[in-house]
Amino acid sequence: MRYIDKTVVGLTIAFLALLFADFFMAEWMRFIGLQSLARGTVALGLLVLWRTGLVSFGHALYFGFGAYAAAMLTLLGYHDAFFLVFAGTLVAGLLAFLLGFLLRRYRAIFFALLNMAFSMILYGVIVKTEALGSTDGFSVLAPTFLGYAPEGEAVQTTLFLFTLVFTYLITLSVHLYLKTTLGGMSMAVRENEIRVEYLGYSAEKVIHVKYVFSGLVAGFGGAIMALAIGQVDPDSMANWTVSGEFVFITILSGIGNVAATFIGALVFELIRTYAFEYAPQFWQFILGGSLLAIIMFLPDGIWSVLSRLRKAEKAPSP
Amino acid sequence: MSVVLEVRDLQRSFGAVIAAKDINVTVNEHEIIGIIGANGAGKTTFVNMVTGYLKPTSGQIEFAGRSVIGLPPREITRLGISRSFQVPQVFMSESVFDNLLMAYAIAEETGVGLLSPLYNDERAERVDSHLRRYQIAEYRNAMASTLPQGTRKLLDIAMAAVRKPTILMLDEPTSGISVEEKFGLMDIIMDALRVDDTTVLFIEHDMEIVERYVSRVLAFYQGEVICDAPTAEAMVDPGVREFVIGEEYHRTRTETGGSEHA
Repeated sequence: MRYIDKTVVGLTIAFLALLFADFFMAEWMRFIGLQSLARGTVALGLLVLWRTGLVSFGHALYFGFGAYAAAMLTLLGYHDAFFLVFAGTLVAGLLAFLLGFLLRRYRAIFFALLNMAFSMILYGVIVKTEALGSTDGFSVLAPTFLGYAPEGEAVQTTLFLFTLVFTYLITLSVHLYLKTTLGGMSMAVRENEIRVEYLGYSAEKVIHVKYVFSGLVAGFGGAIMALAIGQVDPDSMANWTVSGEFVFITILSGIGNVAATFIGALVFELIRTYAFEYAPQFWQFILGGSLLAIIMFLPDGIWSVLSRLRKAEKAPSP
Repeated sequence: MSVVLEVRDLQRSFGAVIAAKDINVTVNEHEIIGIIGANGAGKTTFVNMVTGYLKPTSGQIEFAGRSVIGLPPREITRLGISRSFQVPQVFMSESVFDNLLMAYAIAEETGVGLLSPLYNDERAERVDSHLRRYQIAEYRNAMASTLPQGTRKLLDIAMAAVRKPTILMLDEPTSGISVEEKFGLMDIIMDALRVDDTTVLFIEHDMEIVERYVSRVLAFYQGEVICDAPTAEAMVDPGVREFVIGEEYHRTRTETGGSEHA
């Protein structure tokens, strides 16, 4: 290889390190890690949309759909994590495919809010459905892994491994995808749809593909979250504030690199956890303040710190 | 010479405004045609209908023997009619190279091929030779938004020409360009397009440009083609002189004959 992709190397190192760390991590760290991986994967979908010039305020729809799909399957007696997560991912992707036919015709604020509208429909349906526990939700039993049924702490350890492997594969594929023609067309659609049409390709089709992808990964994140928490409920799975968290993570991370998304997700989890711990009355205030600080001082997100450092390195000394 | 484009009885109205009326035009292979007319005469409407951006109210447009009525621009582009724009439509925050790289990639990849890398050395080589052909190689790494107007126009046309279209329609390639630069710009465009034997239709207001580069003129007035003739003939056509060229030009051309219209 003449050319080494730093992101692939970096992701692989992080993957192996976390793989190893899984066996030594404190339980609370693993829990934060799991949530970061799940939310980070959802944010990957938003990153792809964002690069196409679209922001969605409603991806809790797919997150919640994936989570509830997986959770409902456990009620039917299915407990295999592979099956549950695969099913959650797939149904969310299918929903995105269907809604995509409508949403691909909208841009900017209309796209953002139409997504939110659909997500609030799901929220409303869940809240009104007594069989699904209404606002309380219901609990999800510990999953099995191809016949292996761990107990105690081993459940989370195995789930973390499981999530890590899939997240790694998804992230790697997104990174490589962004360099393909279809991936690069995000830029083209964001910059000038008329030119895309007159070059011979459909801008709406490009958007639809990206939308389905974002639905798939949000479903994945949701299903993982349902298993990680062992519980689904509308307020932490399908409410619009959940969609807001994904947008928060995307702003925090910036759209420069797929790895940044997970750093952003981790930072988000840490801020939230500690803010809640030390200032239970003001934790939203701290969360909002940090978002404001990011927008003011790092408008391109956490990743821009890295590129700034790199530039500083190259700059000639005075 | 074979017919590549045949337009019959084309009509288009916007409410009470008639933007196109009874347009009948036959374009042969390798022709260079100038489309002239005052503002609002229906020139761009004609281009928009042929390229699928606007659907005609009635009439027929046949390209290479098949009807293209109702097809979206992307499909007409794939069949072989490309266009450039009066206001260049490029990817503003990307470099000139990346603009053309994307144009080539979209033109060259379909289906699963869309998932192959956007950049490869062979494609980069094609982009660079295209840049040289349009003489914008020195701007290779400049962002499109920082380009001088003439260069951005060239980039727009270069992007439209990537597919080696059978017909290329240029919407006012020299608008917004200073008088001194116009001929240089047109020379570059016409030389580049001649290599692929492209049939060219372009909208133009400058009669000197028209006389120098085109063999045939379509003159529009209030949505109608009032003259379709070889350039020399069209320039002396009374209708064209009255409704398109106007008195200013007329006076300088007929200094010896007095000014019968003044």
